[in-house]
Amino acid sequence: MGQWIEVCAAGDIDAEDVMRFDHGGQTFAIYRSPDDEFYATDGLCTHEKVHLADGLVMDNIIECPKHNGRFDYRNGAAMGAPACVNLKTYPVKVEAGKVLIDTGA
Amino acid sequence: MTEASMVIVGGGKAGARAAVAFRENSWKGPVTLISDEALAPYDRPPLSKAAIMEEAEPQPVYLLDEGMMASLEVNFLRGVAATAIDRNAKTLSLADGKNISYDRLLIATGAEPRRLSQAGAERALLLRDLADSAKIRSEFISGKSVAIIGGGFIGLELAASAAKRGCHVTVIEAQPRVLMRGVPPDIAARIAARHAEADVAILTSASIAEIGSDRILLSDGREVPADIVIAGIGAAPRIKLAEEAGLALDNGIACNTYLQTSDSYIFAVGDCCSFPHPVFGNERLRLEAWRNASDQAIVAVENMLGGQKPYEAVPWFWTDQYELNLQIAGLPQQGVSIVQRVPKEGALILCHLDAEGRLVGASGIGQGNSIARDIRLLEMLIGKKAAPDPALLADPAFQLKSLLKP
Ligand SMILES: Cc1cc2nc3c(=O)[nH]c(=O)nc-3n(C[C@H](O)[C@H](O)[C@H](O)COP(=O)(O)OP(=O)(O)OC[C@H]3O[C@@H](n4cnc5c(N)ncnc54)[C@H](O)[C@@H]3O)c2cc1C
Ligand code: FES
Repeated sequence: MGQWIEVCAAGDIDAEDVMRFDHGGQTFAIYRSPDDEFYATDGLCTHEKVHLADGLVMDNIIECPKHNGRFDYRNGAAMGAPACVNLKTYPVKVEAGKVLIDTGA
Repeated sequence: MTEASMVIVGGGKAGARAAVAFRENSWKGPVTLISDEALAPYDRPPLSKAAIMEEAEPQPVYLLDEGMMASLEVNFLRGVAATAIDRNAKTLSLADGKNISYDRLLIATGAEPRRLSQAGAERALLLRDLADSAKIRSEFISGKSVAIIGGGFIGLELAASAAKRGCHVTVIEAQPRVLMRGVPPDIAARIAARHAEADVAILTSASIAEIGSDRILLSDGREVPADIVIAGIGAAPRIKLAEEAGLALDNGIACNTYLQTSDSYIFAVGDCCSFPHPVFGNERLRLEAWRNASDQAIVAVENMLGGQKPYEAVPWFWTDQYELNLQIAGLPQQGVSIVQRVPKEGALILCHLDAEGRLVGASGIGQGNSIARDIRLLEMLIGKKAAPDPALLADPAFQLKSLLKP
């Protein structure tokens, strides 16, 4: 277990949307699902290392902006070519209106 | 009675995607993929971009490698062309003398670059495969003059790549502006301005009289220095196989909405075929676009296995030049009015509406992936034949996604 790091205020991310978060030389994608849960994955697509935060969130899916590869951002599962390698996910919690992520570092 | 067999001719984007799709659809019988190239299927878009620009010697980006083909049990025949189809016997002849019988055949032979006809044309390099790209790369030596004939996507991508390698670049375009086909003037103007910034000279309304040994002579008497000459004047569908087999042609191999040719046992996909598009009044289109090749493969395979699925994916294309990304969705040329949307500073999106206010196209340009999300949403709205309020489209704070919700 690493440390909890503050990302932003919960209200900074809309429901069914994604935000980029850079920390400690790493980049992450932070999601807020339509049912108001928060999730975090690696920030770059496993296909060609494109920032997923430029992509489109639909329900529980993040679609990569480059070749439309799709992942379930709740567990990082790649949904099929060209997205074939799963995304790493990270624990997220909301405390006192702040979104916190455990990068494992 | 032998087991039913699925045969694919052409190991490019469409053929490779089809091979995978047969297994995704739980087809257990034989799948044969035939390619006249020596390599396993690889991606073409990098050939004019990263493969030319990167310092390291380019490696093919494989779409399907040996390992994947083995695990999918795809019978891959490389370096051998299919030469004839016997539609009565349902067999395919190969250049090495073998015959292969098929139950269903998929033609995915792609397109090939058009050649110039002027004197000296044999000196012009063409770009379609990996070897072409490697040859062009080896010629792009800093300080050399490069003349690119044709201001379309391939020509302009190569111009940007040549400039990056330190060449002196001139683009010679016959039309009054670059990207005349399918790209609105405002977006083309941004691309042209970016080339000017990189000292790439673009000559428009220019026609070629002669290609000399170190220069090109234009009809108006101007001379363009040309250590290297490249022709990027479009591509023609590879139809020879289909034509000789008597399949119907119409700007490529003519397919119906199920991507079936005039022979119900033969389907065609990708750059080689044309098809009616239900979202655009069944206008017959032939697309030379990466995503279309793979989307068509998925639909055609379903139909080859007995499905009845019309192909209705909205056309989509991108090009990368310098730090700019340009994308086109739908058919902007069907629009009669344009609504501008500026999602981020420096980015520009045009929404193209027809006379009834229906969204028929979206085009955009911006740095990196700055326009990707909005273009994707507009593409979905085009597919739904939506007629959104122009004021909402123009408002960058307005979330296009909400228009898709019931
Ligand atoms: C340099 C370059 C850059 C591109 N950049 C972009 C881009 O940025 N964005 C975009 O959307 N699209 C781009 N494209 C277009 C995209 O690559 C094509 O739309 C796509 O490759 C089409 O796939 P296909 O399978 O139909 O044809 P192809 O990829 O051309 O594959 C056809 C294959 O069939 C083989 N073949 C032909 N005849 C026979 C035969 N008789 N027997 C056996 N094999 C045969 C060919 O050798 C080839 O390997 C680019 C294309 C090129 C060439
Ligand atoms: S980079 Fe994400 S799907 Fe290709």
